[in-house]
Amino acid sequence: MTEHAPPPRVSDDAVEQFIGRLLQIGVLVAAAVTLAGGILLVAQHGRSPADYGTFRGEPYYLRSLTGVLRAALSMDSRAIVQLGLVMLIATPIARVAFTLIAFALQRDRVYVGVTLLVLALLLFGLFFGIA
Amino acid sequence: MTVLTLALFVAGGSFCAGLLGALTGLGGGIVVVPMLTLLFHVDLRYAVGASLVSVIATSSGAAAAYVREGFTNVRVGILLEVATTVGALIGAALAGFTPTSALAVLFGVVLLYTAIRSLRPRVEHTLLTTPDAWSSRLRLDSDYPTPGGRQAYSVRRVPAGFGIMFGAGVLSALLGIGSGILKVLAMDQVMGLPFKVSTTTSNFMIGVTAAASAGVYLHRGYIDPAIAFPVMLGVLCGALLGARILTRANPEWLRKVFTGIVVVMAIEMLYKGFTGSL
Repeated sequence: MTEHAPPPRVSDDAVEQFIGRLLQIGVLVAAAVTLAGGILLVAQHGRSPADYGTFRGEPYYLRSLTGVLRAALSMDSRAIVQLGLVMLIATPIARVAFTLIAFALQRDRVYVGVTLLVLALLLFGLFFGIA
Repeated sequence: MTVLTLALFVAGGSFCAGLLGALTGLGGGIVVVPMLTLLFHVDLRYAVGASLVSVIATSSGAAAAYVREGFTNVRVGILLEVATTVGALIGAALAGFTPTSALAVLFGVVLLYTAIRSLRPRVEHTLLTTPDAWSSRLRLDSDYPTPGGRQAYSVRRVPAGFGIMFGAGVLSALLGIGSGILKVLAMDQVMGLPFKVSTTTSNFMIGVTAAASAGVYLHRGYIDPAIAFPVMLGVLCGALLGARILTRANPEWLRKVFTGIVVVMAIEMLYKGFTGSL
């Protein structure tokens, strides 16, 4: 190390490897929650007739993040599946968030801006949807 | 059919879709919606919701394997994601008032196009290293590992690639697919990225694009747990197994089988779309 050390730089490859590993763990956890909920779902509702030919839309508690979380905590099987699916939807969003941190560490202003825009669009879709 | 038997059949079908999709490199997402609607008579909206979730699973699940090889161009990916996420949000908004018959016809066309692309031999283009104004300003040029060391490449026609990516985002949301073929086409053929960089960067982008519209569909009640869980787990297991046995399998005849299935589905989707019977 010299007195004129450059600002800390994180290599793209190292960051990508870390993010990739993280994504894989995220998918595995989300799949495990979905599987647990799925087993519970068929145990509780497996014998009821399946009718998905006409679209009715999900009940409101399965449509919002807070509704899903609350019902999953009270062990509603459909909500546990939905929680796993929400966690899965969140994994690419987490990836974008980590990419944002990586660009910030590299002091790359242009790409911090670009990544922030993508992240904002994704969070908008996840939290508010489009009525 | 009961919820249990439907879940078992759907899980089996999705497993095959994920396996074939991974082995042929065409992705399983494209056949999930036709399978659910044509075979199991599931409403198109539930099918699209479930398919999008499975697309995210395979994209994120495969990402770790790819990035270790150091192929992904993160700058290109994140820049083009602006176009795909805007496209996906607009597509999700359009889905609410696009008639099912129109979506079925559009799906049939996309399936046919996929079949044609999969049969056409891939032409390797030469890599350019001449600088391009957009690419230099956005620092998109990079290099990637080859057997002979790291190979540098330049990126060109950024605005055209951006436009195609917007279309890929709209299609992804409307049809519940990853639009991987269109994404690779934009990067490989239009922007001049090496093929391997295009496919891995496309995979990185597919999950992000699908997450944008999946969030919207969750709020609109398109994502049904009883349909989505066997689809997601089936496709994920199939894709993971496919990636594992890829080196030992012979994808050439598999590719023909998969293309045949895609063509049959395309014809049926077009027929149902034109007769309004989906």
